[in-house]
Amino acid sequence: MGGSLNINHLMFLGQGALWTIGLSLIGLIGGGIAGFIIALCRISPSRVVRLLSAGYVQLIQGTPLLVIMFLTYFGLPTLGLTVSPLTAAGASLTIYVAAYLGEIWRGCIQSVPRPQWEAAEGLALSRVQRMTKVILPQAVRIATPPTVGFMVQIIKNTSLASVVGFVELARSGQIINNSLFEPFLIYAIIAVIYFALCYPVSRISRRLEARDGPVRPIIETA
Amino acid sequence: MRKISNPPTNSPVVSLKDVHKSFDKLKVLDGVDFEVDRGEVLAIIGRSGSGKSTALRCIDRFETIDSGEIVVCGHRVNDPKLNLRALRQDVGIVFQSYNLFPHLTIEENIILAPCSVKRVGKAQAKEQAQQVLAQVGLEDKLHQYPEQLSGGQQQRAAIARSLAMQPKVMLFDEVTSALDPELTGEVLKVIEALAANGMTMVMVTHEMGFARGIADRVVFMHRGRVHEIGSAAILTSPATPELAQFVGTGL
Amino acid sequence: MNLNLDFAAILERWPVFLDGALLTLELAFIATVLGALIGALGAIGRRSSHPLIARICGIYVESIRNTPLLVQIFLVYFGLASLGMKFSAFTVAAAALTINVGAYTTEIMRAGFDSIPRGQIEAAEGLALSRPQIYWHVVLWPAIEKVYPALTSQFVLLMLASSVTSQISAEELTAVANYVQSDTYRAFETYILVAIAYVFLSLIMRAGFWLLGLVLFPRRRRLGTPL
Repeated sequence: MGGSLNINHLMFLGQGALWTIGLSLIGLIGGGIAGFIIALCRISPSRVVRLLSAGYVQLIQGTPLLVIMFLTYFGLPTLGLTVSPLTAAGASLTIYVAAYLGEIWRGCIQSVPRPQWEAAEGLALSRVQRMTKVILPQAVRIATPPTVGFMVQIIKNTSLASVVGFVELARSGQIINNSLFEPFLIYAIIAVIYFALCYPVSRISRRLEARDGPVRPIIETA
Repeated sequence: MRKISNPPTNSPVVSLKDVHKSFDKLKVLDGVDFEVDRGEVLAIIGRSGSGKSTALRCIDRFETIDSGEIVVCGHRVNDPKLNLRALRQDVGIVFQSYNLFPHLTIEENIILAPCSVKRVGKAQAKEQAQQVLAQVGLEDKLHQYPEQLSGGQQQRAAIARSLAMQPKVMLFDEVTSALDPELTGEVLKVIEALAANGMTMVMVTHEMGFARGIADRVVFMHRGRVHEIGSAAILTSPATPELAQFVGTGL
Repeated sequence: MNLNLDFAAILERWPVFLDGALLTLELAFIATVLGALIGALGAIGRRSSHPLIARICGIYVESIRNTPLLVQIFLVYFGLASLGMKFSAFTVAAAALTINVGAYTTEIMRAGFDSIPRGQIEAAEGLALSRPQIYWHVVLWPAIEKVYPALTSQFVLLMLASSVTSQISAEELTAVANYVQSDTYRAFETYILVAIAYVFLSLIMRAGFWLLGLVLFPRRRRLGTPL
């Protein structure tokens, strides 16, 4: 590389963008699975489980993702556990996303109208049957718009993986900049690529919200 | 600011001449004429959809009209150069849903407009608030919030809020329709007292008995027109089959 | 695993952490105040009947909401530099955070404005209040009251997000942590303590907003309605 911005640079950025998408999917799937468990724990009949899961959510929602990234990437090796940037970023995103999606989904599960729970109980369904056959199918519909909305947050948050050296979109921009030193131009291009990734998802989420009526405002992380 | 601050006593306070108004393709007002003289109480009755609320809202320019002329206290309401805020200082309006400001106490609700529109001093405005609240029998609710009051009390407070601006004419848009029957009476009593004091009033109402008792004249609207107009006696001896049917059904 | 943790070595450096935490709160405070101002104006702009104003406000909100804060910070940092303007890292950080949170606040405030019933505005119009008076007395404050929980959550998130400004060397809490851990080689202990510090700062902010809510919304205080 070197010289002025050329096709190779753009290819490199494209590759970074693919890793951004990949890391987002890792965050979504990992955080989704863990978040689902958190959501169930938050409404568990056991007080201890409820308290522990609430504590997890409070703790993670009170900590910047960047610090979680540093903790996994720089902290774990000092305990003798070496992690690659991808592992550190993926694990951090999973931990982080789980706390937010868990809380969003708990709200969705609990917003399934009370009579539905009672009717399911009245039919003598077991707790598992009540959840899988009656409550969750309805909660999924309620949860779709805010979940799609949160995907935008995940995509944006993957940019923080750059600080632990994972070469996604933001990091590939920094690398190109190291040889070109055109920071404003390069970050502007990167911003446009992020926008191109996020905006369609934002639009879909808004369309879903419009279809399903207003949902309580979801919290957006910067 | 106002073009005519004191219209000659013989000219009507409110006059509508051949007023037409459509919402999209739906004709709501199809040539409405009536006048309200100083100190007069005019009741507008009619089925829902007859245009009675729209006619009332046009008087305070909450709706614009397509053609015709409306003059209120000397303001030409359909004039594009109308000084809207001057018009609304002369006209008080009370709505079906009270529309008190929920975050303000009753006193704050009442002094808001005198203080910020008429630049009345706070002390004087508070004194006046006490006065208008006494007029509606709520002097003890000064420092309560709207949600602490019953529906009837809220509506009386809303009337007091309008009175504090010392309007020349008061408009009432189905002010008892949202109230339980037992709360309706207390609001009607307040309006009766206002009428006795000589306030000029236009009211859209469902309360036939009340209209009969208080109104100097009654307008029966039907399909966007003034179908019948006259003294309250027209309610007991209607001239048209439509009004006969309307009063016959009770509502 | 080598579970030989030494928190004391980190804790004895508490003065630098305190400095960092104070700077974090300072950044959060500046961006919150200015961002709230931008948010209120932005929301009015988005609801404007003037199509150009509404459009510009919309573009501002969408471009901020759909790009990462990290990239925004670099854009402001290098953008100002390329214009030949030299500012301290703190100023750049405060500016970038303000621009960022202003967009989110605009969206929240717009939802608040939209939630004010039409009848409230008609009642105020009927009382001859001017448009600015209506916005101030009848729309703005009830709207803020309605969206206060969402607003305050956003501002707490902003405080947490300010950690990203460590990347342009603003000397806030995360930057201090980076420095201490490279100095002591005790990254795990450092970041655990800093995570706890952030949780603590979040709690402080929440408590502060709760108190502010009592002052701003006397009705809630009087009637005991939870926010």
